[in-house]
Amino acid sequence: MSEPLHTVYVPRDAAALSVGADETAAAIRAEATRRGIPLRIVRNGSRGMLWLETLVEVETPEGRVAYGPVMAEDVAGLFDAGFLEGADHALAHGLTEKIPYFAKQERLTFARCGIIDPLSVEDYRLHGGFRGLERALAMTPAEIVTEVTESGLRGRGGAGFPTGIKWNTVLNAQAAQKYICCNADEGDSGTFADRMIMEGDPFCLIEGMTIAAIAVGATEGYIYIRSEYPHAVATMREAIRLAYDEKWLGDEIHGTGHRFHLDVRVGAGAYICGEETSMLESLEGKRGTVRAKPPLPALEGLFGKPTIVNNVLSLTSVPIILDKGANHYRDFGVGRSRGTLAFQLAGNIRRGGIVEKAFGVTLHELLYEFGGGTITGRPIRAVQAGGPLGAYLPPSLFELPKDYEAFAAVEAMVGHGGIVVFDDSVDMARQARFAMEFCAAESCGKCTPCRIGAVRGVEVMDNIIAGEKVEANITLLNDLCEVMTDGSLCAMGGMTPIPVRSALKHFPEDFTRSPAAVAAE
Amino acid sequence: MNARSPWSEDRATAVIAANRHLRGALLPMLHALQEEFGCIDEEAIPLLARELNLSRADVHGVVSFYHEFRRSRPGRHTIKVCRAEACQSMNADGLIEHIRRRLKVDFHETTADDAFSLEPVFCLGNCALAPAVMVDETLHGRVSPARFDAITASTLATEAAR
Repeated sequence: MSEPLHTVYVPRDAAALSVGADETAAAIRAEATRRGIPLRIVRNGSRGMLWLETLVEVETPEGRVAYGPVMAEDVAGLFDAGFLEGADHALAHGLTEKIPYFAKQERLTFARCGIIDPLSVEDYRLHGGFRGLERALAMTPAEIVTEVTESGLRGRGGAGFPTGIKWNTVLNAQAAQKYICCNADEGDSGTFADRMIMEGDPFCLIEGMTIAAIAVGATEGYIYIRSEYPHAVATMREAIRLAYDEKWLGDEIHGTGHRFHLDVRVGAGAYICGEETSMLESLEGKRGTVRAKPPLPALEGLFGKPTIVNNVLSLTSVPIILDKGANHYRDFGVGRSRGTLAFQLAGNIRRGGIVEKAFGVTLHELLYEFGGGTITGRPIRAVQAGGPLGAYLPPSLFELPKDYEAFAAVEAMVGHGGIVVFDDSVDMARQARFAMEFCAAESCGKCTPCRIGAVRGVEVMDNIIAGEKVEANITLLNDLCEVMTDGSLCAMGGMTPIPVRSALKHFPEDFTRSPAAVAAE
Repeated sequence: MNARSPWSEDRATAVIAANRHLRGALLPMLHALQEEFGCIDEEAIPLLARELNLSRADVHGVVSFYHEFRRSRPGRHTIKVCRAEACQSMNADGLIEHIRRRLKVDFHETTADDAFSLEPVFCLGNCALAPAVMVDETLHGRVSPARFDAITASTLATEAAR
């Protein structure tokens, strides 16, 4: 009898790679060979506990045992300690699923992420993959759309528009050709959930898009991924190839009459292409300038045809809704915010990563119970919620429950669930200036309030920071913000004032410090 | 390492032809050309215009719109440093200052020995392990100035020995 084969999991997620996962995997392979131990290494996605990366897991009869962060130089010591049997070690965390950060989550969309081999169709199937699609194949298009509508799913890209209503518009549009476009241009700082699921569970996105295609009668789809994500691009392309091989994509999806073709397109470093109409222009091979709406993309989208444009996490939430039913998904959440959101703890945070929770969780729970406060050990002074166009919030608002309406009530947004944490060394006037600078750099230039307003905004902020006519310049800044909010064509110019005004509202002291006082600090 | 093949019209024509079957082919073509030559050479503009039945101004408009497309060849290595909020919260500004001094190069520039091009980037999707840097195609997280020096040490040594 040979020894039982040990299985070790080492993530291939870009975040894990960024702290040496490939080197760790190579060291485990080399050490096992040196000791003559037969070993199977699975390169899984990330569990989302990114402060523990590289998080190595070992299969044991009790479940998977976690070790992390494991650097290549820790590997020999882990073998000595007997980590292949799940033995104790300074880096051991016990069973992965019992780690409080993980155990307290409600993983629906990310149920498989970090568990399976992302590029194994067999593994995907074993963990419930393609069950939603199989159910959808037996339903009428209208029934599928109804299921998605009743789940209460809203656009996870940030805008929160009800997904089922969008699908229904495309379903009812009459056209010879319709498209499904996945917006994977995840450009907001503080967000990485789209990237993680594309790298950790790519078939889930393929399945969600195929269900969308069947629901509205589309036969072609595109995933628009930003060029800053080479790992996600490579993983999605390989997953699509495998899906074609196994007839989950193509002219005859598993012997049904359904046809769906899917391709990846890569962005080119333009933030604005995360705006849906700009993304469509880019997919058509043009400058990514924003289109005026109406017409809605649902009626005149890609190449002028009815098009579903959904975010990665909206589409990856669809398979479980179809598999387990609208009610199962709907039972999570509060008010009109149903289901779960993948919150992303980022920036100056001790335990950064993905926290998938039902809506209603508070910022305080996320920042302290999950996140453990700042990594620098200093107090949290501000968080930016919902990306570069989201509000800066002070600790007095941390008890706010995370739901779309509660956040909107304080002029903030849940958005895509990204949360960037700053300690008390942050200068909020500088952050406000950066919001304008970012808008000036990334504006598509089509409308004047955004193109010119952002440039003027930087100038005004420079004057305020320099202590020149501060009161008059703050009046000017507010005026400018109003023009940008009311007069811009899309969210880029329209929402850049949100971080600026929230910084001014909640942290006015940073705007009125004289240059002399700043210099003396 | 960046690809930096010298311009070849034959090669460019082949690269363009390989993407001819795609709908909305201009961006895929531009990516493929940049992968081959390291930049979008001026000579490529009329070739693309002819292929796609566009004006040269249209092609130029697209090339100049996207930050990613370069008009001149990069250094042998490209270093992208994230400037976005999550990295700011972990003192990316300090890291950027360190890199500028260390490599004697500013954003959008290439070092005098043609070894490194330094580019700002807004988000590499590694926001929980900030600050983030990408050296060629390799992503790095938790990059302190000391870790930056360690990451680039072997490349710097190789370049210095050229």
